[in-house]
Amino acid sequence: MKLKEIMELLDATLLCGEDKLDMEVEGAFASDFMSDILAYVSDQKLLLTGMINPQVIRTAEMVDMHFILFVRGKMPDANMLALAEDSDIAVLSTKKLMYTSCGLLYKNGVR
Amino acid sequence: MADIVFEYQVDGSDYHRAGEASRSTKSNLKKLGFPSDIIRRVGICMYEGEINMVIHADGGVAKVVIGLDDITIILKDKGPGIPNIDLAMQEGWSTADAQANDLGFGAGMGLPNMKRCSDEMNIDTVVGEGTTVTMKIKTK
Ligand SMILES: Nc1ncnc2c1ncn2[C@@H]1O[C@H](COP(=O)(O)OP(=O)(O)OP(=O)(O)O)[C@@H](O)[C@H]1O
Ligand SMILES: [Mg+2]
Repeated sequence: MKLKEIMELLDATLLCGEDKLDMEVEGAFASDFMSDILAYVSDQKLLLTGMINPQVIRTAEMVDMHFILFVRGKMPDANMLALAEDSDIAVLSTKKLMYTSCGLLYKNGVR
Repeated sequence: MADIVFEYQVDGSDYHRAGEASRSTKSNLKKLGFPSDIIRRVGICMYEGEINMVIHADGGVAKVVIGLDDITIILKDKGPGIPNIDLAMQEGWSTADAQANDLGFGAGMGLPNMKRCSDEMNIDTVVGEGTTVTMKIKTK
């Protein structure tokens, strides 16, 4: 799925990274534990998380992810968004819960 | 050719800035043209270690030495030390406090992942004096 299709599917708001809307998202990973992300992500490029602080952006950068989707309506602050832009990562936010978001993505081919 | 060395002071009081030394290292290695899988392994090792220095040891000094055949990361702190390294190396074992948990750390996964992502890892620790973690990633 393209990022813009994921945006529609999850009713998400794009907070930065407009240039990435047409990029293909093939795999996703979901966790609130940074060390799990650092240990288990292989080549998934989309991170779903309900954790909100600047370490989420740095963690995603360390494992070369391109997209972060905050669930449960979590909203990053300006400092986090600046960090994401600097790391070339697109950031989205959805009101949907983690389970629902993952289910919808999985059902639509993002594995 | 002489080694290239980067050195960073890691502030132990600023949980939100922790990880900036690792970001800077990642960007330096990109500029130097290292392959992405090497950069990724260095990034993961250094970031886990840098976060550990902040959440467990009140900060320290991070040094990255780029040699001809490998990259060495040296993380030196004057924290409490690690009383039982075997236990600390076990997946799931953590003494992280609530503040670290709030940031998403404290799963007890950092040290085992640092070991897995590096070619060599050594922990030199004295209780009450501090810890030095040295990790080597081969580039040839
Ligand atoms: N630099 C350090 N100084 C003192 N103790 C440390 C240091 N690094 C690690 N430890 C100890 O070793 C334990 C295990 O470390 P590890 O990085 O594996 O897990 P964690 O930091 O607790 O959680 P995670 O890395 O999953 O977020 C820590 O909980 C802490 O007790
Ligand atoms: Mg750790």
